[in-house]
Amino acid sequence: MSSILEINNLSLSFGGVKALQGVSFRVPENTVTTVIGPNGAGKTSLFNCISGFYKPQQGTITYQGKALTGTKPPARAALGLARTFQNIALFRGMTVLDNIKLGAHVHMKSGLLGSLAYFGAARREEMAVRQEVERHIIDFLEIDHIRRQPVASLSYGLQKRVELARALAMRPKVLMLDEPVAGMNREEKEDMARFILDIREEWGVTVLMVEHDMGMVMDISDHIAVLNFGQVIAEGLPSEVQNNQQVIEAYLGTSDMDSLRKKLNPDREVA
Amino acid sequence: MRIGDAKQSYEADEAILTSSTQKIWFALFLLALLLFPFMADAYLLYLGCLVGIAVISTTGLNILTGFTGLISLGQAGFMGVGGYTVAWLSANTGLPFPVTLILAGLLAAAVGILVGLPSLRVKGLYLAIATLAASVFLHFIFAEWESVTGGMGGLSLEPAHLFGLTFQSDFGMYFIIVPLAVLMVLAARNVFRTRIGRAFIAIRDRDISAEILGINLLHYKLMSFALSSFYAGVAGGLFAYFFRVVTPESFPLSMSIFYLAAVIVGGMGNLLGGILGAAFMTLIPEILKLLTTALTPFYPNAPIFMSPMLEIIFGALIVGFLIFEPHGLAEIWHRIRRFFSLWPFKN
Repeated sequence: MSSILEINNLSLSFGGVKALQGVSFRVPENTVTTVIGPNGAGKTSLFNCISGFYKPQQGTITYQGKALTGTKPPARAALGLARTFQNIALFRGMTVLDNIKLGAHVHMKSGLLGSLAYFGAARREEMAVRQEVERHIIDFLEIDHIRRQPVASLSYGLQKRVELARALAMRPKVLMLDEPVAGMNREEKEDMARFILDIREEWGVTVLMVEHDMGMVMDISDHIAVLNFGQVIAEGLPSEVQNNQQVIEAYLGTSDMDSLRKKLNPDREVA
Repeated sequence: MRIGDAKQSYEADEAILTSSTQKIWFALFLLALLLFPFMADAYLLYLGCLVGIAVISTTGLNILTGFTGLISLGQAGFMGVGGYTVAWLSANTGLPFPVTLILAGLLAAAVGILVGLPSLRVKGLYLAIATLAASVFLHFIFAEWESVTGGMGGLSLEPAHLFGLTFQSDFGMYFIIVPLAVLMVLAARNVFRTRIGRAFIAIRDRDISAEILGINLLHYKLMSFALSSFYAGVAGGLFAYFFRVVTPESFPLSMSIFYLAAVIVGGMGNLLGGILGAAFMTLIPEILKLLTTALTPFYPNAPIFMSPMLEIIFGALIVGFLIFEPHGLAEIWHRIRRFFSLWPFKN
C-alpha cells in the first residue's frame, strides 16, 4: 500500500528537552493510523510538526511524495492536511455553522469587495458552501439540532464533534485527530468511532489519530505507531503492537532497571 | 407572538432580515431616518449628522478591535488622513464629494496597512501603544507639513458638491452622511456573512488554530486594518465637509479614545453595539447639558455646579455600563427583543 504521509528521521527539541528524536514512520493511504504512547512521548509535538506549527531541527515530512519543509501552516491546510486539537480549539464567538464554514476557508476565493457587497460570485460561493456543509457534514455528523447555537454553550462531546465537522469542511486528504474521544462517555465514544470509520470508508480520507483509549485504538486502527520518549519503539498492525515487549514495558513499566537506564541514556555505558 | 419560521432555501436562511416583523421594523426605521431632517430643529439635525459620522467611524473600529481583536488607538489619526485628503482635494482639484470621499478612504486604508504591519508580532496593549505612536506621528505631520496641511491653522473647505448641487447646510449634509452610514454598516454586516468576516473572528478567538485552518494571519490582519481605516477615512472626510475646516486639533488623541469607548460601551464584536455606542457617546454629553438647563429654574446655581460635573457623570456612566453590562448596550437591546418575541411567556 502506498503511503500518503511519510515521517523521516524527525527531530525536535526545545532547548535541552528532546521532544522527538529521529522519528520515522509512514501513514498508508486510506487507513486509520494511530500514534500511541505514554504522556509526554511527543505525540502532539509530532502533530504540530506535521501541521507546520513547529519547525523540526532535523528530518523531513513527505506528503503525497513531496517534502513539506518550509511550507507554511495555511498552505498545508490548502494541500489537504486538516486537524483537530487536543484541547478543543473552536472559535467561541461564532455559531456552530460559522465554525464549520470556516473550515472551508481555504477552498473559497471571494475577495473583500465581493464580501462587502455580498453579491454575485461571493454570494453564490457562500451558498454553495452552506449547501455542502449542510448536506454532507452537518447531516453526516448528526449535529443539525445545534447549528445555530454558539459553540461555547455545547457539551464537551458535541464540541469535539463540531471540531471534527470543521476539519471535514477543509475537504481533507489526511485528517489528523488529536485525542478525539478523550473525556467522552461510552456512547459518545462509540459515535465518534463510527464517524471515524465512515470518514475513512465513505470519504476515502486517511485518518491519523493520537488516542489513549486502547479499546478504541485496537478496534478501529489499521496501523499503529508507538512513541516513547520521542522515539518510535514499534510500528505495525494492532495485534503486532499489542504483543510487542517494548510496548508493554513502555506502558506498564519493567522491573529490569538496567534496561530502563539504557533506554534513558543510550550513549552512556551502564555502570 | 411568532413561534417559528420555516425557510425554503439557504438564501432565505442567510438573509440579514429573516422575518417579516424585522423587515417592517427596518423599513420603519429607514422611514424615520428619512423624515427626521424635516421635523428636527437645527440643533437636532446637527446632532444627527454627528451621530452619523460617529457611527461610520465606530463601525470601522469595531471591525478591527471588536471583531479582529486588534486594539487600536489610531482611529483619530486615520480620520485625520481622510479629513485632510478631502480638504486638500477640494481645494486643489474641485472633484465632487463621492470621489474625494473614496480617495480619502483609500489613502487612510493605505496608512492603516502601514500602521498595521507590526500587528503580526505585537498584540493587545503593545499594539495599542504602537498605534498610539502612529497617531502621534500623524498628528505631527498634520501640524508641521505646512505646504500641504496648512500647519496649525489647518485648511478650510468649499462645501461638498455633486452635479452642480452644493451641500452647504446641515440639512444637505444629513442626506450625504446618513445614507452613507446606513450603506457602510450594511456592507460591514455583509462582510461578517462571508469567509473574510469569519477569518477576522477566528483571528480574534484563536489565532494559532486559525492559521492551521488555513488563514494567513498577516494578510487578514492587514485587511482588517485597511477596512477599518477606510471607514475612518470616509468618516474623517465627512467630518471635514461638515465643519468645513480641518486643523490638527480636529482629530485629537482623545477622539481615538472616544471611539474605542464607543465600541466597548456599545458591545465589542457587535455591529449594532457599535451604532448604539456611537449614539450613546455622542448624545449623552448633550443630554447632560440639557438636564443642567432644565434644572436651572429650580436651582439657579445648577450650571455652576453641573458644568464641571458633566465629565465626571459621563465617565461614571461609562464605568457603570462596563460593570453592569459587560457585553454592552447591544445586550440590553437583545434582552428587550427576546422579551417581546417570547411574550406572553417568560424566557
